[in-house]
Amino acid sequence: MGMTMIEKVVSRNVGKAVKPGDIVTVSVDRVMLDDIMMPFIVDKFREMGFRDVWDPDKVVLIYDHLVPATQVDDTRHYHVSDDFADEQGLPHVHRSDGICHQLMTEAGYVKPGDVVFGTDSHTVTYGCVGAFSTGIGYTEMAGILGTGELWIRVPETIRININGTLPSNVTSKDIILTIIGKLRADGATYMALELAGDVVDGMSVASRMTIANMSVECGAKCCLFAPDEKTAEYCGVELTDELRELRADSDASYAMTLELRAEDFVPVVACPSQVDAVKPAAEAAGTRIDQVFIGSCTNGRLEDLMLAAEVLKGRKVAPYVKLIVTPASRKVYLEALRNGTIDILAKAGAMITHPSCGLCCGRAGGILSDGERVVATNNRNFLGRMGTSKVEIYLASPATAAESAVQGEIAWRKA
Amino acid sequence: MGMTIAEKIIAAAAGKSCVRAGDIETVTLDYMMSNDGTTHLTIDMYNKLVSPHISDKDKLIWIVDHNVPSDSVKTAASHKKMRDFARENDITLWEGRGVCHQIMMEHYVCPGQLIFGADSHTCAYGALGAFGTGVGCTDYLYAMVTGQSWLLVPPTLRFNLHGQLRDGVCARDLILSIIKMISASGASYKAMEFGGDGLASLSIADRICICNLCVEAGAKTGLMEVDDKALAYLEERGRVPKQVFAPDADASYEQVYEIDLEDIVPVVAKPHFVDNVVPASECRDVKIDEAFLGSCSNGRIEDLRAGAKVIKGRKVAPKVRFLVVPASKEVYIQAAEEGLLEIFMEAGAIVMNPNCSVCWGSCQGVIGAGETLISTGTRNFKGRAGSPDSFVYLASAPTVTASAVMGRIATADQL
Amino acid sequence: MIKDFTARLWKLGDDIDTDIIIPTEYLAFPTVEEMKGYAFSPLRPELAGMIRPGDCIVAGRNFGCGSSREQAPEVLKALGISCIVAGSFARIFFRNAINNGLLLIENADLHDAVQEGDVISVRANEYIEANGMRFGIASLPENLVEILDAGGLVKAMRHRNGVE
Repeated sequence: MGMTMIEKVVSRNVGKAVKPGDIVTVSVDRVMLDDIMMPFIVDKFREMGFRDVWDPDKVVLIYDHLVPATQVDDTRHYHVSDDFADEQGLPHVHRSDGICHQLMTEAGYVKPGDVVFGTDSHTVTYGCVGAFSTGIGYTEMAGILGTGELWIRVPETIRININGTLPSNVTSKDIILTIIGKLRADGATYMALELAGDVVDGMSVASRMTIANMSVECGAKCCLFAPDEKTAEYCGVELTDELRELRADSDASYAMTLELRAEDFVPVVACPSQVDAVKPAAEAAGTRIDQVFIGSCTNGRLEDLMLAAEVLKGRKVAPYVKLIVTPASRKVYLEALRNGTIDILAKAGAMITHPSCGLCCGRAGGILSDGERVVATNNRNFLGRMGTSKVEIYLASPATAAESAVQGEIAWRKA
Repeated sequence: MGMTIAEKIIAAAAGKSCVRAGDIETVTLDYMMSNDGTTHLTIDMYNKLVSPHISDKDKLIWIVDHNVPSDSVKTAASHKKMRDFARENDITLWEGRGVCHQIMMEHYVCPGQLIFGADSHTCAYGALGAFGTGVGCTDYLYAMVTGQSWLLVPPTLRFNLHGQLRDGVCARDLILSIIKMISASGASYKAMEFGGDGLASLSIADRICICNLCVEAGAKTGLMEVDDKALAYLEERGRVPKQVFAPDADASYEQVYEIDLEDIVPVVAKPHFVDNVVPASECRDVKIDEAFLGSCSNGRIEDLRAGAKVIKGRKVAPKVRFLVVPASKEVYIQAAEEGLLEIFMEAGAIVMNPNCSVCWGSCQGVIGAGETLISTGTRNFKGRAGSPDSFVYLASAPTVTASAVMGRIATADQL
Repeated sequence: MIKDFTARLWKLGDDIDTDIIIPTEYLAFPTVEEMKGYAFSPLRPELAGMIRPGDCIVAGRNFGCGSSREQAPEVLKALGISCIVAGSFARIFFRNAINNGLLLIENADLHDAVQEGDVISVRANEYIEANGMRFGIASLPENLVEILDAGGLVKAMRHRNGVE
């Protein structure tokens, strides 16, 4: 009987065939630790009685939620992290290079088939290159730092096939929001998603990243894409037979299979305050807005910024509306500076902030007030996520966000 | 008997042919600038007045710059109050487009004007021969409602500048040296007037930096003689002087200082006062955690060029945060076009959107307990940049940038 | 092992996310003690102040969805919450709660049968009794029981490392 992708990745890691429901201990290939959790991780690590990190080269420390610092105590997190990195001789520390999930893939820390854990729920992102990655709490992270291992339950898989030709105004953000709308916020809890089909094959790694990133919003443990030439090029590895083999077997067994027609997709928005409250952007059109945010580990990459620039070129952000653009990484910002994208965005009226989590994590970057509405390209629109509980957050693609910024109300790009 | 520049501007604003230091005059204002530091308080007071009205909405310029983008629920509420009031009353609102004084210089200030700003560094406008001075919200409210205010005509200290600054020495070094010479209260209630053959060698950016910091010697305003360079700056921006006032040859000064620009060396102002100035070479062992290039004092294109020249091909020291914050959108776009932002980003700097940043100490980039900042900002008061237990050194753009590279206080010639 | 107990309940709906349980704004506070007063603040700001040690939470589906922040179960533990009964739990929250020794019980039917302020009785691994009705409890996988038995993952690791 065949295997799904996640079954293959886990089997490869543990050296024996696994099936859904098995509880196995995996050897960890990389871990990602972010600034906001570091003091807690270090405390737990010491409390557990560990002295040395199992393999410093496998540990990546990234400061992104608290950069730049907005509260005086934020800098404590830098110092605790710096001291731990010095003490343990950690070679991979990023202090202001961008959002953790962007850096993990972009800087080559994650390869196809790897098993990776991070202290952030959007660690699921790395499934875009065919890795098994998922978010954990700081106590488990402390345990991994000491042992290099973690127990997992092998998840069932939901297979999603998307075939056909996408309308020109539909992005991968619209695809994942639509999927979350169908599955609902808990539809894939404890399960893996596996995406395939013509549309997925034709997508950039960046677009796949958007989908994998948001899979946690329907409860998924991970979301995997089979490695192909694009993946290999992006990761700087050779597409070996071993990596090709990670693709699911044709007779693999799934908890559910969704067959989606590319032609049926339209630009959508997730309405306040649930990620699964998804409807066509057309149905929300005309809703007055106060702010637009383009950025985050979901949609802050070069292709997202370029798409926004395409919409904004030669146009202006509507009066009294703020457009905040936060590139996902230093590299993205530099590329966007070099190819003129930043120039277009800035001239249209965007504020460009330093690469970080920014508004998505709700600590800075454009907090809103009672009665205000924001269209945002990030992953969550939970109550109070970007200010008071009377702020309304609509999630959308960079194209929808940019068009809305110009119109001053929710608007979408026509096909 | 002749008049100083300050006396002439006030006389014109009071509709008189002559005023003298010590007179109290009722003056008509040309502009009233207010920012998000206090505008919400002014609005609260305005709303308590019996049938309030605005005397001339076209003279009000409101600028959101201190906490941009908004970094807390409280700030978001203040911004919303300001935005809503501006919208209802058709008051010009600049939001997220730069530090207030830089926007005023770029778009409004003309020689001969009398301008109130609800911010102490309004004294910067003297760089273009306007009498700008900072006021509190109550004075601002009175001016907003009546278009007028009362003013004590200040005695003037005259500074005759001779020669030119040596290579590597900046306007910042000059004004800090002057503040040391006369002390932090040496110009209290007074005007500081600058002229002499050395003036021609100073750029408009230099002059803004000098006038901007006059308040740190207690001055009510700083004023520069208007020369061809100032007129060219205005012409480039399509503005004409209200009136160019030169001081009379027999004007009465409280004191006249002759300053040889060649005597000035790179200096820093040590914690916790602006007049605690020593040669930069005396601080070489001071380790830093953060460096800040920006603010209404030194966030202009000339400052960014100076910083970029120092850091090009080099890297920010490990664990040091180097914040680069262009003073306005215009500066940001120009810096992007000139490739300066690229240089800073490649060096590892944190390039922020135009705002007051850590100079204001409650915006992004704050420093924590025990930390040391070297800054081109305006003040080094205890707690100004974040924690009350932190340390701020003030210096020029090249010194700050060189320090960011070295991780300790350094001048550019040490690299 | 888990003991039998009774608890006064606070009732919440579906999809109670981690940002509701503890907003990001407070995550960098140095201790969980300082955070706990802000639990549930976007939804019910008064709630944290009203919870008494020993109380429990009965919620709908997908409790704890969202972020991996372990501060979420930790603040609930710090408030003295004895257990959470929900239709389902998001997986990271589930692991984090177990690792901190916070008891979670999955039951889809209890939610509709109780009102806020009711008292439930929990008979470990067997059933919950409320308003005269009984609701079944599924037993936990063995590896999780081991962690709960040890008193959380930190204690389990201390034991492994021979520190007491």
